[in-house]
Amino acid sequence: MTPISYYLALSAILFAVGVAGVLIRRNVIVMFLAIELMLNAVNLALVALGRRIGSMDGQVIVFFVMTVAAAEAAVGLAIIISMFRNRDTVNADELNLLRW
Amino acid sequence: MTIELVIGAVKAIVMVLLVLGLTTMMLWFERKGAALIQDRVGANRADIFGIGKRFGMPNFGIINTVLADPIKMFTKEDFVPDGADRFLHWLAPFLALFPVLITFAVAPMGDVLQIGSHTIDLQPANLNVAALYLLATIGIGVYGIALGGWASNNRWALLGGIRASAQMISYEIAMSLAIIAVVVSYGTLDLQQMCRLQGGVWFGFLPRWGILLQPVSFIILLIAGMAESKRVPFDLPEGESELVAGYFTEYSGGKQAVFMMTDFAEVLLVSVLIVTFFFGGWQVPWLARDGFHFPGGGHLGLPNLVVAMLEFVAFWVKVVIFCCFQILIRWTLPRFRYDQLMRLGWKGLVPLGLLNLVVTAFVVVVAGGK
Amino acid sequence: MPIGIFMFLAAFAIIAGFGVIMQRNPVHCVLALALVLIDLGVLFMGLDAVTLGFLQIIVYVGAIMVLFLFVIWLLNIQADPGAGRHLGLKLFGSIAAAALAAEFAAIIVHAPKIREIRTLPADFGTVAALARSLFSDYLVAFEVTSVLLLAAIVGAIALARKVSAPLVLVTPALSRDVSTPASSASDPAAHRKSA
Repeated sequence: MTPISYYLALSAILFAVGVAGVLIRRNVIVMFLAIELMLNAVNLALVALGRRIGSMDGQVIVFFVMTVAAAEAAVGLAIIISMFRNRDTVNADELNLLRW
Repeated sequence: MTIELVIGAVKAIVMVLLVLGLTTMMLWFERKGAALIQDRVGANRADIFGIGKRFGMPNFGIINTVLADPIKMFTKEDFVPDGADRFLHWLAPFLALFPVLITFAVAPMGDVLQIGSHTIDLQPANLNVAALYLLATIGIGVYGIALGGWASNNRWALLGGIRASAQMISYEIAMSLAIIAVVVSYGTLDLQQMCRLQGGVWFGFLPRWGILLQPVSFIILLIAGMAESKRVPFDLPEGESELVAGYFTEYSGGKQAVFMMTDFAEVLLVSVLIVTFFFGGWQVPWLARDGFHFPGGGHLGLPNLVVAMLEFVAFWVKVVIFCCFQILIRWTLPRFRYDQLMRLGWKGLVPLGLLNLVVTAFVVVVAGGK
Repeated sequence: MPIGIFMFLAAFAIIAGFGVIMQRNPVHCVLALALVLIDLGVLFMGLDAVTLGFLQIIVYVGAIMVLFLFVIWLLNIQADPGAGRHLGLKLFGSIAAAALAAEFAAIIVHAPKIREIRTLPADFGTVAALARSLFSDYLVAFEVTSVLLLAAIVGAIALARKVSAPLVLVTPALSRDVSTPASSASDPAAHRKSA
């Protein structure tokens, strides 16, 4: 049996990788992918902890995270599309209209 | 433990060999059937050293399609276009074929076979969430096609790939709704269990096959399955009059052969699903584990081995019938227009599937079934 | 799950995770993320969350990731240029992420021990168990999620559709006004009079 701390460690590493992706990358779509990576890292922790305490609640929360992620992906990608139509770029550095 | 592994390996090998063999035979039937429908002779030339001719055997074109064509394809130059993503271009055909092949792992080929003290379940992988597994593998199947189109660095190929992914995702929804309705009415996700529940008779003579339980699901699954396999009338991703050859425009030789094989394996998969869900799977009418129980009281006892063989043969015969049916449709109907395709999927099959699911759930609850 | 299999899957997930943030072509990033998601799906199955593992593959890999690919191709986004740009940013980002990881490590090491449940219920993680939870304790949340999905569908279409004219709700009175220029153009006198 694998100890639960291993799962939590994997979850933490993946989350940190996602954070690094959001900070480093300038392509909005890749930043979005990094956010999905972070969401999934948290999902892993939830499933592992839910199993540890013998409750289905962890899995139910992950189920909701998955549906919300689907909605988020649809809306987020629609925003990226309309952004691309207006500014002709997906580079976060060039999306600086609100900068003073 | 070891013997279990051996049995599992044998089941898997039998399944893979049968699938690949039937895929090849469908290649032959596709060409000769097309010729039959179009009132031509079809493939009839290739022979090995004139042996067939010398002994006066009629040439059915089997050597042409089963031996000569594959050899020709696999010995052709494997061309990768300039600027292509070489790794993904190489990977895409296998990414398309692999999910289709692993889906067959949950197809039940028969009930149980008794050999000595071992009871063998004639299903390569006995998974109790097989229906979910099916949906997952079918969902992954989009990647090979879409990436094949993208990695070729060709606009026609990319258009074909995008069309294919849109089409497959749209029809996957209708397909899932049909499968979920079936799952609700049987109350299990296990395909082997579904087949067992289709045994027995209604009114003393009518086999309890799923088609009588879920006729609407059958129609949805048939149409959506044919759309999943991307063949005429749903071959817009290939559409040779507009997109050259769609997503495999830039493929040649063995890799193109793998894409073609994927198409035929998908036809076979749709047949397997339809037979398993709606036509009793391996059930032979009035055959139980101990032999035939004819309506009217006749009983014919049979040993387990014979029963298992009969079921195995019955399953594959049914599958072949549905493969032939799909090839018949492929050569009968013209291609859809893209807006018609999307309208049929989203405004026809999806609402119909939802309605069917609601009605099924209502009936199941009212009837007090599990 | 045996520790060897876990180690393999974990290494695979981390490598693919680095692929997500280090590949320059967005299509490769999406594929790397799809690998991470399949890997996590298998880990879920190892944690007795079989249903969730398959749902993960059906929903995330089969639908959401394909949507990403679709958008990348629709907008024709090419690989990011040059590896040597934003070096300061990359340094800062890596340090920040490493600090976060160190913090997590400290938390995991010092976390209070949870009492482990040795005997799980027989149907733990099956479709039936998940559905029972969803439709009893979490029924309201479930219904709200369905509304959320509907809102997301409408929102996505409203945002992504091509608008030739700005999207305004046309009242009957306004629409009559809109139709007048056609007649007034043919009759300049009437137009001047109204002006």
